[in-house]
Amino acid sequence: MVWQRSRVRLDKDNSAFWTGGAEGKLNIARCGDCGGFIHPPREICRHCLSENVAPFAVAGTGVVDTYTVNHQAWAKDMEVPFVIARVKLDDAPGVYLTTNIVNCPVDAVEIDDAVRVVFEEQDGIWYPLFEKIA
Amino acid sequence: MTEAYITGIGMSEVGVRLTRSPLGLTLDAVREAIADAGLTLDQIDGVATYPGKMQTYLGFSPIGSDDVIEAFGLKTRWHIGAAEMTAQLGAIAAAAAAIKAGLARHVICFRTVYEAAAMARPDEFPPLERRKDVTGNSQWVSPFGAFSAANWTAQFAMRHMKRYGLTREQLAQVAINDHANAALNPRAIVKQPLTLDTYMSARMISTPFCLYDCDRFTDCSTVVIVSAGDALDEVKTTPVRIAASAGSVERYSWDQAEWASAYPTGRDLWKSTDYTAKDVDTVQLYDGFAFQPITWLEGLGFCDVGEGGQFLEGGKRIARDGELPMNTGGGQLGWGRLHGFGFAYEAVVQLRGEGGARQIPGDPKVAIATSGGGPMAAALLLAKD
Repeated sequence: MVWQRSRVRLDKDNSAFWTGGAEGKLNIARCGDCGGFIHPPREICRHCLSENVAPFAVAGTGVVDTYTVNHQAWAKDMEVPFVIARVKLDDAPGVYLTTNIVNCPVDAVEIDDAVRVVFEEQDGIWYPLFEKIA
Repeated sequence: MTEAYITGIGMSEVGVRLTRSPLGLTLDAVREAIADAGLTLDQIDGVATYPGKMQTYLGFSPIGSDDVIEAFGLKTRWHIGAAEMTAQLGAIAAAAAAIKAGLARHVICFRTVYEAAAMARPDEFPPLERRKDVTGNSQWVSPFGAFSAANWTAQFAMRHMKRYGLTREQLAQVAINDHANAALNPRAIVKQPLTLDTYMSARMISTPFCLYDCDRFTDCSTVVIVSAGDALDEVKTTPVRIAASAGSVERYSWDQAEWASAYPTGRDLWKSTDYTAKDVDTVQLYDGFAFQPITWLEGLGFCDVGEGGQFLEGGKRIARDGELPMNTGGGQLGWGRLHGFGFAYEAVVQLRGEGGARQIPGDPKVAIATSGGGPMAAALLLAKD
């Protein structure tokens, strides 16, 4: 995929997620008190209301919870088809990431496929995409 | 405590790329609903809408409660217009709650949509920005090309296919049923029935959804008037009681919800009524995408979780003469993207017996209208009792 991805507006809550790829890290907000993950990231833990929340680099592996093959070019420069998936992270219970499964044919993706993160950088944003683990 | 009743319904022209203004369409629908109920505008003391005027995307919601109050010279005591509620029909549930609390006697509930006209006139109605400076929930999906709720909903549908064996032939019954009913509804955009062959050969949008599984942008205003039980002597129509309502939001980001909110909301709907699923004569289930009625059928308990596809198999059960007539006006796939309010409108039409060529047989007394997909949901149980 070579289209211009939507440019995210960075803020204090989301910057670690969208720029962690520069260091090869998939950062998910985590509570320092109860250990729960908070995604989308916020300053307060949605599990215990602690304010001791900080980015935590997860392993970057997961499974395809579900997916769809998108055939519609929603923007003029969007190359189709491609896979949109919801990845369930291995080590961040309750967190799903909408992403693209890349580096394989669109018909090669199935639910429960094991995947790992690969980052694609555009203009300072590191988009976490996933590829199948062979 | 007084009960709340739907006493008037109205609708503007339904079309694609209409030139009449959104306020004009809203006036048309209000006039029709007022005349239907036998009321006058000076009897209206409340207004409710979803999602309120949306300045960042005027085509999606160009008219708010304030516009209606100001433009039509209403003297109201209560009004609301908000996106932060359960889902579209939550506005009608809110009006019913206000009436039960004595805050109003006759409330105009409306939803005006203008997305087709807006696309044709982007200078006047700028499109939603999905490419630059993306924030809020959009940032978690748009960067991956998941611009549309079609992509988000398709993933729930795909899971049903893989986990429970839902087939495209079963899913097709929603659109086929919608088209068959719309062809008998003079106000519907769709005029022709749909065959399974045409459905199966249509181009894909986002698997498993093809073109016919997705509603299309429509221009329209729909109005429902909700009145107090002790004000029924002021109206001329057969009142339809709002016997129960329910709504919920699972997670505000669509992709964090494990299940569509139709499931908890469907269960909740039965908690404040003696009616059961067996009493229901017709269902009007939100179908912006064809999969959503499956979540409602399962959530409301018409079948078990995972069996929605089998429930739709062959389409006879949901046909007008079937055991559970569904989306008798054509739903959003056939009538147009009225965005939730069309389902309440059609439920009232059927309970009054005013469906004409599309009227279901017998004397229906209980109907369900729902709205919402993914992590947001609102449902109404409507009864002629």
